Amino acid sequence: MLRYIVQRAVQLVPILIGISVVTFLMLHLIPGDPVLLFAGDKPLTEERAAEIRHQLGLDRPIWIQYWDYASHAARGDLGRGLRSQRPVLDSILEVLPGTVQLTLSALACATAIGVSLGVVAALAHGTWVDTAAMAFAILGVSMPVFYSSLLMILLFSFTLGWLPATGQGGVERLVMPAAALGLISAAVQARLVRSGMLGVLRQDYVVTARAKGLAPRIVILRHALKNALIPTITMVGLQLGALLGGAVVTETIFSRPGVGRLAVDAILGRDFPLVQGTVLFAAVAYVIVNLLVDVSYAAVDPRIRYG
Amino acid sequence: MAESVTRPRAIAARGRPRRSLTLEAGRRLLRSRSAVVGGALLLAIGLSILLAPILSPYDPIKTNQRDPLQPPNAAHLMGTDRFGRDILSRVLWGGRISLAVGVVSVGIAACSGVVLGLAAGYYGRRVDAVIMRLTDLLLAFPGILLALAIIATLGSSLPNLMIAVGIAAIPEYIRITRGTVLSLVEQEYVLAARVVGCRDDAVIFKHILPNVTAPLIVLATLGTAGAIITGSALSFLGLGIRPPAPEWGNMLAEGRGFLQYAWWVAFFPGLAIMLAVLAINLLGDGLRDALDPRLRL
Repeated sequence: MLRYIVQRAVQLVPILIGISVVTFLMLHLIPGDPVLLFAGDKPLTEERAAEIRHQLGLDRPIWIQYWDYASHAARGDLGRGLRSQRPVLDSILEVLPGTVQLTLSALACATAIGVSLGVVAALAHGTWVDTAAMAFAILGVSMPVFYSSLLMILLFSFTLGWLPATGQGGVERLVMPAAALGLISAAVQARLVRSGMLGVLRQDYVVTARAKGLAPRIVILRHALKNALIPTITMVGLQLGALLGGAVVTETIFSRPGVGRLAVDAILGRDFPLVQGTVLFAAVAYVIVNLLVDVSYAAVDPRIRYG
Repeated sequence: MAESVTRPRAIAARGRPRRSLTLEAGRRLLRSRSAVVGGALLLAIGLSILLAPILSPYDPIKTNQRDPLQPPNAAHLMGTDRFGRDILSRVLWGGRISLAVGVVSVGIAACSGVVLGLAAGYYGRRVDAVIMRLTDLLLAFPGILLALAIIATLGSSLPNLMIAVGIAAIPEYIRITRGTVLSLVEQEYVLAARVVGCRDDAVIFKHILPNVTAPLIVLATLGTAGAIITGSALSFLGLGIRPPAPEWGNMLAEGRGFLQYAWWVAFFPGLAIMLAVLAINLLGDGLRDALDPRLRL
């Protein structure tokens, strides 16, 4: 197990280097002069332009620039935002809790809805309950997060007046973004759990458990669901990626501070160090979380052996 | 399609009913309720978008300051936006861009993904190692973040949007192609083709590629739905198609500000995205069942 973790961590190194090369090159592949692009319509003085160019390191040879960039990034120094002049990492860490909270609540929402819907659909296989649950699932998969968010705001904030439409803080401002963001994952999970359950319910050991007179609840939860969940858990890593990406949109719609919104604002404001920093941070966080998810499979399914 | 490769002639000659795999798949597709519903819906959406110049009652871009934010009525079935433009006309015209983004970006992703996947699976070793590391790198960027980074670099325009959404989707095509190729290169008919001296390109394109098409058709169909969502999400964020050009994502973004007073401005473009994506998903599900029963969910 430990060997596996170390092995996977070593495999991460080239990926991390790759991510840093990609984010580094972003600045250099921009057509035109990034300094002029940042300035936009406001003319810059020659000194200020030179200053920004120096801050971005554009006045040095490219490999030295990369080495500087990567070695600073490795130490957590992602440069300073052009607009705020604050360290990029500080800006990210300030809004990170919001994104983590949103993503995890969405995942929790998705799992709660998805798993129960999948189980109910499988148990009621072939009935209208099954059909309704699967109709919900395909609708959920087809509903872009920005549309479900707007519909929820329209219904719960503007029509019923139950929940505030925007902002951060308190459960009442978390429910809608989390539910909207989790909807697609819930739908994906419902389909997976249903097909997993349908497969498992036919297995001999489930029939045996039933035959020996165990309560249906125990058969379903302990014998069937536990095994049906394995493909769902393997999906969590992928789901998390989708949720992190979706957070970009959700944070913007609900005006929640977060890493996604920071990235979008940085792109719109052409604040390149901030763009590079947020992209780098999100990618690194994502591969590390995926590693943790992979490692945790062993805890859930002892049949998975790492070598 | 695949029948010339996978079905030895001898069997057909022995008097089995001559039904090609393609025909068989088509028959299964027509039996699938979801495929028929999805296909019909998609056909309707596609036709109305193609016929936008005829069907749309008003100019999608010209403003009309006399009728701003009209609720849906007989003259404007979906109402008007803040510039008095007819939403129905904009939805019809906007569909052209939104669907084009979906189709073209999937084309970009599928073409490059298939070539890379074929190369990785067929040549193996170093080629495989390089391509798979590249894939891992692309997969390191969660969700639409990669598309976002590409847009941030290239700037926002229609071609860049297609490229960004396309590149972000490449890894899936590489993986599915490579996986299928790996299972095929050891098959006897491929070995036989190589033994009799077929060149690499002939083996790849004549004997391997036809067998990859079924999973690819399914992936590309479902991928188009995803690409439409990603493309309109980027436009929604102001990083794709800019107004006044109508596009479902940017129309939704425009309507967001009026949600409290004029729900219809955002409601209908969103509904259009949802219906298009739903139609494609239904069709894709049906295709998956018809083309590859093993993948049935």
